[in-house]
Amino acid sequence: MATGIQQPEVATGQPEAKSLRWLARAFHTFAHDPRLWFGVILLAFVIAAIFAPFISPYPPLLYHPAIAEQGPTLAHPLGTDDLGRDQLSRVIYGTRISLTVGLASILVGGLLGTVLGILGAYFQGWIDQIIVMVIDALLSFPSLILALAIVAALGPSIINVLIALAIVRIPIYARLARGQTLQAANQDYVTAAVVSGTHAYKIMFRHILPNIFAPLLVQATISISLAILDESTLSFLGLGVQPPTPDWGSMISEAQVYLTSDPWMLLGPTLAIVLVVLSLNILGDALRDYLDPRSKDSGRVESS
Amino acid sequence: MIRYILRRILFMFPVALLVSFLTFMMIHLVPGDPARVLLGEYATPQTVAALDRQLGLDKPLPVQFVLWLWQALHGNLGESIQLQQPVVQAIGQRLPVTVELGLCALLYSLIPAIPLGIYSATHQRSLGDWLVNVFSLISTAIPVFILGLALIFFFAVSIRLFPPGGYVPFTQDPLANVRDLILPMVTLGTGVVAVNMRQIRANMIESMGQDYIRTARAKGLSERRVAYIHALRNAFLPVLTLIGLQIGSILAGAFIVETIFLWPGIGQLTIMSILSKDYPVVQGVVLLAAFSYMAANLLVDICYAFLDPRIRYER
Repeated sequence: MATGIQQPEVATGQPEAKSLRWLARAFHTFAHDPRLWFGVILLAFVIAAIFAPFISPYPPLLYHPAIAEQGPTLAHPLGTDDLGRDQLSRVIYGTRISLTVGLASILVGGLLGTVLGILGAYFQGWIDQIIVMVIDALLSFPSLILALAIVAALGPSIINVLIALAIVRIPIYARLARGQTLQAANQDYVTAAVVSGTHAYKIMFRHILPNIFAPLLVQATISISLAILDESTLSFLGLGVQPPTPDWGSMISEAQVYLTSDPWMLLGPTLAIVLVVLSLNILGDALRDYLDPRSKDSGRVESS
Repeated sequence: MIRYILRRILFMFPVALLVSFLTFMMIHLVPGDPARVLLGEYATPQTVAALDRQLGLDKPLPVQFVLWLWQALHGNLGESIQLQQPVVQAIGQRLPVTVELGLCALLYSLIPAIPLGIYSATHQRSLGDWLVNVFSLISTAIPVFILGLALIFFFAVSIRLFPPGGYVPFTQDPLANVRDLILPMVTLGTGVVAVNMRQIRANMIESMGQDYIRTARAKGLSERRVAYIHALRNAFLPVLTLIGLQIGSILAGAFIVETIFLWPGIGQLTIMSILSKDYPVVQGVVLLAAFSYMAANLLVDICYAFLDPRIRYER
């Protein structure tokens, strides 16, 4: 009965009222959890990355020696670098590399790790033992040093940085997925699937995977920020993106030389890295609270 | 206890072997012939073959690995191509610098973290707690190299309080050594302070909710005594594990800090060797890093088992 009375109200509601209600609800959600504002910041960076050619005021490689090493001006809000290139445009283009490498390395590493973890936990026996040993071996290297070693061997380039950062993330996801699968394997729905003769791969990836997905997703937001930090670090050391491609890490590496004469060169890439990483960390915390309220206020597992 | 330690060490052997194998395989990841890459495109086939022989690359892979491992066990990690000296010697000369930096940063990362973590756990949702949390969020978002450059800019370029870089051995001039140490130590340790603080806060909050805390309060103990004596002791155990994990990030961070502050440690050596394709040195450093990381975590596990008897009887 109550729904019968409510119904016409919704049906007769004007499109404007509907959008207003949507806005009000969004406002309420944002007021309730201010951390979501960092999602807006992140979204701005994603948009900047996608539409870089339309947003950036100048071409990122356009050099102009006459205006080199300038502080912020109206024409160049973040100043210019040692070759007179517009720092804002370079920061905007740099977003592309940071976000792509961050996302792609987690996708590849996370996928491989998750599959390995589920396989090990599901089949047990020697497969599991080998997988656990590989995880332990990979975890025996401090992650950035492992990434350094891989890039050192493969040679400095953006693709090799991506490969290195993906490999470095495998053990964390494998360990997490393995632990979660071990727990899930004792659940009734898995037993039911086994008894009804469902194929092992179907049980693993159609039954178990969706049930262990939440902790993996939380881990992913945290690892993306770590991957972005690692990428900028490798590029800063001259092992990642090669000049003249605009990248936050290598921009800071170039600015290092001009620290005394033109410290403004540091401003743009520094702000970009800190804002993106901060937003990802805060959103990761928020996501964890939504998906797994039990773990509220507990510390982060992964350290770089 | 001894049985537990022995079992842990025994368990480490296959992993250590795999770690050595992965490190060994590094040189085989190099696209093309490593000797040719090292010597450049104008090298004659004879010199390439000679370097192949020197690096042991002319033998079958398993034989190469066994030989390499055998030599490594005898403290021979090969010759540095760039420095014309044994890798072990090159690393050994620079190791004290990195160890000094790493240990001081580790210590620095714990000293402010303990009181701040306790404060923020016992004063939840206060202004102080909020400030501590904001600091921790921001400092984990600042990469080591940016913090280093910012500190150099503010404390070495603007107000000239500390030197912008350089290193004087402690034995040569203790005062200058400490002066050179401050900025690199703060750069390396600040991110870790935040992680430690978060962990101590979370553990304190958890242990403050336990039964023995209620008992302690019921006995009429002061809130301060309850927090600092009863809760802290139990909250500190997980921090030990965290220290084990952080030795890895401190070691990796030291590599970057050394490059920025021009400290002649193994980090600077590694970056230099990577850029000049001096693979034996990179292999040596990676192996050393992995093994010291493993050893540190073994030590942490042993301490943990010593402090918490339940762990000894598990498995």
